[in-house]
Amino acid sequence: MAGYPGAVLRVGADVVEIDEMAASVARLGDRYTKRLFTPDELGPPAGGGAPAREAVDLAERFAAKEAALKVLAPGERELDWRSIEVRRTNTGGWGLSLHGTAAALAQEAGIGHISLSVSHAAGLAMAVAVGWPGRPRGAAAAPGVDGTEGP
Amino acid sequence: MDGQVREMDEQIRRVLAEYGRIRADMATLDGSADLYRAGMTSHASVNVMIALEQVFDLEFPDYLLNKATFSSVAAIRAALLELTGEGRA
Repeated sequence: MAGYPGAVLRVGADVVEIDEMAASVARLGDRYTKRLFTPDELGPPAGGGAPAREAVDLAERFAAKEAALKVLAPGERELDWRSIEVRRTNTGGWGLSLHGTAAALAQEAGIGHISLSVSHAAGLAMAVAVGWPGRPRGAAAAPGVDGTEGP
Repeated sequence: MDGQVREMDEQIRRVLAEYGRIRADMATLDGSADLYRAGMTSHASVNVMIALEQVFDLEFPDYLLNKATFSSVAAIRAALLELTGEGRA
């Protein structure tokens, strides 16, 4: 890519069975959800008046985390799932913010921006992430965000 | 393999059989066999990790949160032995 010698586009994809996500939440409970998702990703607590995140939403978020993980290619380096935070954008799509080791990996790889596309159908949630060469926007080493969604 | 390690090995295999989505008989799968090649997905490996934490009443620290830690029965056993202190000489 011009301006970023040695940098290449990176692509990651993942699929998650929605029923498997529902079963994981039911069987492993808070220990599972709080280990994988940030409070913002989990949404309002049960009983708070607003509906809790449904399995399809969590499955989409996990697929997006995995897709981004494949872009970041941590190899043998450790990575906290919550350091890849998946969120809704103001336009109704999906985006992500990177923290900690995930942000460091992106910076080391010269990834300035990760585009995300998320969808679900036939019991599966899927996500594709594309890492673009460049400098992260803003002061923090956290790639920018954009995304598309369907169906 | 002494009794304590054998018991740990059996517990690991039970967790893998229940949560790992392995396409093989966990009772007989070689301890060094690659679990990802045997069918374990990344999501299943997370379930295995959380289930192991519940069974052994511990938490995998950040430095063990990588693919290699959960790549085989032997690798999981080594990590658990380290965390429980049983792996020390």
